[in-house]
Amino acid sequence: MHTTDYLQFIVYAAVILATTQPLGRYIAALFSGEKTFLSPLMQPVERVIYAICGVKQNSEQSWKSYAGHLLLFALIGTIVTYAILRFQYYLPLNPQNFPAVSPDLAMNTAVSFNTNTNWQAYSGENTLSYFSQMTALAVHNFLSAATGLAVAVALIRGFARKSTKTIGNFYVDLTRGILYLLLPIAIVAALVLVWQGVPQTIGGAVQAKTLEGGLQTISLGPIASQEAIKELGTNGGGFFNANSAHPFENPTPLSNFIEDLLIFLIPAALVDAFGRMIGRRKQAYAVFGAMGIMFVFGLAVAYSAEAVPNPALAQIAGYDAAQGNMEGKEVRFGLADSVLWAVTTSDTACGATNALYDSFMPLAGMVPLVNIMLGCIIFGGVGAGLYGMLLHVVIAVFIAGLMVGRTPEYVGKKIESREVKLAIFALLATTAGTLIVTAIAVITPAGLAGIGNLGPHGLSEILYAFASTDANNGSAFEGLNANNLFYNALLAATMLMGRFVVIIPILAIAGSFAAKKTVPPSFGAFPTDTGLFVALLIGVVGIIGGLTFFPALALGPIVEHFALKAGIGF
Amino acid sequence: MASALRMAILMIAVMTLITGLAYPLAITGIAQLLFPQQANGSLIRQGDTVVGSTLIGQYFSKPEYFHPRPSAAKESPAVAPGFGYDPTYSGGSNLAPSSKKLVDAVAAAVRQNQPDNPDKAVPGDLVTASASGLDPDISPAAAEFQVTRVAHARGISEDQVRTLVTKCTQGHTLGLFGEPRVNVLNLNLLLDQTASK
Repeated sequence: MHTTDYLQFIVYAAVILATTQPLGRYIAALFSGEKTFLSPLMQPVERVIYAICGVKQNSEQSWKSYAGHLLLFALIGTIVTYAILRFQYYLPLNPQNFPAVSPDLAMNTAVSFNTNTNWQAYSGENTLSYFSQMTALAVHNFLSAATGLAVAVALIRGFARKSTKTIGNFYVDLTRGILYLLLPIAIVAALVLVWQGVPQTIGGAVQAKTLEGGLQTISLGPIASQEAIKELGTNGGGFFNANSAHPFENPTPLSNFIEDLLIFLIPAALVDAFGRMIGRRKQAYAVFGAMGIMFVFGLAVAYSAEAVPNPALAQIAGYDAAQGNMEGKEVRFGLADSVLWAVTTSDTACGATNALYDSFMPLAGMVPLVNIMLGCIIFGGVGAGLYGMLLHVVIAVFIAGLMVGRTPEYVGKKIESREVKLAIFALLATTAGTLIVTAIAVITPAGLAGIGNLGPHGLSEILYAFASTDANNGSAFEGLNANNLFYNALLAATMLMGRFVVIIPILAIAGSFAAKKTVPPSFGAFPTDTGLFVALLIGVVGIIGGLTFFPALALGPIVEHFALKAGIGF
Repeated sequence: MASALRMAILMIAVMTLITGLAYPLAITGIAQLLFPQQANGSLIRQGDTVVGSTLIGQYFSKPEYFHPRPSAAKESPAVAPGFGYDPTYSGGSNLAPSSKKLVDAVAAAVRQNQPDNPDKAVPGDLVTASASGLDPDISPAAAEFQVTRVAHARGISEDQVRTLVTKCTQGHTLGLFGEPRVNVLNLNLLLDQTASK
């Protein structure tokens, strides 16, 4: 039993390693404006889109203009999503005749999907029409992922260029990301998922008469098309409440493996693309190495913590603990598939779930929580993971510069006061923000009313919700009842902060680097492609993220762990 | 500013057409053509009646049927106390490992199942709720645990029942992925077909 678990992990890592370079090469070519094998097919489509929208393909933007277009686009997207959810009763493809989504839930969901968070306060199967699922949610699975990708590409250009004011054209980057990368992979993945059993229909729910004579309403829908992009775009908002644990979203161990691969596919390849676009591939290997080490470490901790039977259940006479902790898990996935997924979905900003993290053992549930608190930078969200990690790289290089007493440099760019200030602002604002909103929730009656489990676990639920929305992840300790005005509003505010308080400084840094000269590597500069730098980078991530949140973790999952060992329940 | 606004609105409109309508509808068309059974929910029919989906668990309580896992897929118990397995309310218990409610629920489920096989401990999956509340499977151990009861209720030999269980058991996919499992609905259908009550 355990041998297959380890083998699965190895096969998973091997497939990701095998796809990283070819896909990285493709992404680098795509955003460098080179022809790809899809160009003959997609170029005409691209030209039509630019013509309709008035985009000038060859006109590049300054960082301010790039950021302005991005913000305006996100704003319009959010308003349109809100409107579709509010008017769904009057719109087509609503076979179950669902009424309008409530204002606070519609607002929360609109923000959630436009920030690539996909926090799920809604229950798809009893709230949303097919039209809403397709045009309000799935569209933004593409657009928010492509937006993150565009920001990452703009930042890479900042490193790669010298003495220039421009960092690319937002709409061109957005369009290319969708047409050449997200859409083609999503089409193939969606069809594979249908083959495995994921439904894809616009017909309404089916009434079944069960063998014992009961009635069962089987909810259906265009699920596969949404499922594919939900994982590929590291979005994570489910068609159903149960997300990827639902047998219609994730019917077999094979569909599970494929979906899990889709989560890491682009984030891993993008690191390789970074190395190619700056012409220094070893630099990218160092970043990839740091991410890889943190992934393996998280997986090892989560797996070993979850493999221990729950002592509170093991003492029940007549209970067989041999299978492990099956509460909140599906039989077809069991321990290994559930734990691997929990780690990948929180390393990235995906947030899809195939098991319930609320029911994980305290230290196993703490792994996704910590991954999210670090900002989902271990491969991370599409685009967001790379630019989030590069923020930490800037800080790491700055610290190294202080230690060796020279102006810090990274890939040929001098890192000066402006960039360090922007990076520190982005990191501190979001981490402090998470703690502040959590504090608000734990001292207000409305916040405490949402708690689903008593004792320290209640704090973990609230903490997870705000860390998850801040990192634009979207997974949850779902025992928290968050579909109410208080949480819908506060979590939406957190999602906006987590998204744009990072994106704007990133674009400013991109603009600032693009304007600088490239300096030749100087003697005595701290090399950033060595094992030492990998260790330093991991240390910086651990210090910034870990120490900020350690007191909160001590009061949540860590106390729960010791209470459980001592036989104390809540 | 006005041109930037126009650009944003048009881009949302065009992308909604491509990724929100053309993409899902094209996938729907191809899926209906290539994999009609799966695309429509892997439904099982007896004559004109749909009796369920092979992927969606359903509630069984009669002794002559294999029972599924406890399910939390139901509208809030305050509204309609149900037995779970309601696909319009998918979800799990979300109970923490340190929760007393979890211990009580598992202990109650153990007491309920124990009479089926008084000499054996009850397999964990048979007394814990799944994440979706719609888990179509139980573990081979959970099926074996119920063999005596089902055989007795149907007046057939345990070996006959075991043969059917084996037919409905799947191992690791490709010898590697997932866990061995028994599809409860398929097994119960097979029981009805081959061994009358």
